[in-house]
Amino acid sequence: MLASIVTTEWYLVLAAMLFSIGMVGVMVRRNPLVLFMCIELMLNAVNLTFVAFARRNGDIGGQTTVFFVMVVAAAEVVVGLGIIVAILRRRPTATTDDLAELKG
Amino acid sequence: MMELFVFIVAAAMVLGGAIGVIVSKHPVHAALSLILTLFGVAVLFVAQEANFLAAVQVIVYAGAIVVLFLFVIMLLGVDNAENLRIEPFKIQRPLAAFVSVAVFGLVVTAVFVARNANTAAKGNGLEVLGDDGAPIHDGNIKALARDLFSDHVLAFELTSVLLVIAVVGTVLLARKPRKADLQEAGS
Repeated sequence: MLASIVTTEWYLVLAAMLFSIGMVGVMVRRNPLVLFMCIELMLNAVNLTFVAFARRNGDIGGQTTVFFVMVVAAAEVVVGLGIIVAILRRRPTATTDDLAELKG
Repeated sequence: MMELFVFIVAAAMVLGGAIGVIVSKHPVHAALSLILTLFGVAVLFVAQEANFLAAVQVIVYAGAIVVLFLFVIMLLGVDNAENLRIEPFKIQRPLAAFVSVAVFGLVVTAVFVARNANTAAKGNGLEVLGDDGAPIHDGNIKALARDLFSDHVLAFELTSVLLVIAVVGTVLLARKPRKADLQEAGS
């Protein structure tokens, strides 16, 4: 394989930036839907890392893992949105701060 | 040169979309920014010879998941803008910025410390080659399919179980409770 200008490190640093931005979103935003979108950002950062390492090692296993991550992410979004629908149907303006029934 | 140009454009798409997700007040705008990020990631997948995953990324993420988000936003009518100036906990935002910058620094340090480490044993390659050793046009899909249906076939079958459970669970969660159930809960 030809040595390219854009090395694996570039992709890894970009993925780290994407993951950090998603993490800020999860910690700061209070709308549950936006919170889920930030989790998607973090999952995509991890997928990018897997694909970068798959190319570096010349191993298809990394891409297979990304395939499974996508499936699990889709299932997670479906269940999570189901829960959000169930909550927001009762309280349409709820933010994550209002969901404190289990607080002692 | 071409690769550098593609990387810069795709990285700008990814980071711009990601920042758009976390700063937009309106959930619909956040979902549209998310599409931008997902397309950028798909471009980076193509740049790294993951052609099949790039197609799946566009179809599943940009096509299905974001549409699901938009459906929930519209069905529930929760598209009221959030006032980002209100800060419930005073120290929350500086702390969040600090923690994420710390994680970023940690990962980047790890990447540059380990950049000259030996790579793992070479795998079978990202593509199935033709009989004459030349790349064929769907080599990536064939390589992925061989790996998926030989080494990971059990995980693949378990995935189907997971999807069935997720669908059934979501239907149960999202349907309106029947009156009999409410009376039972009330008594």
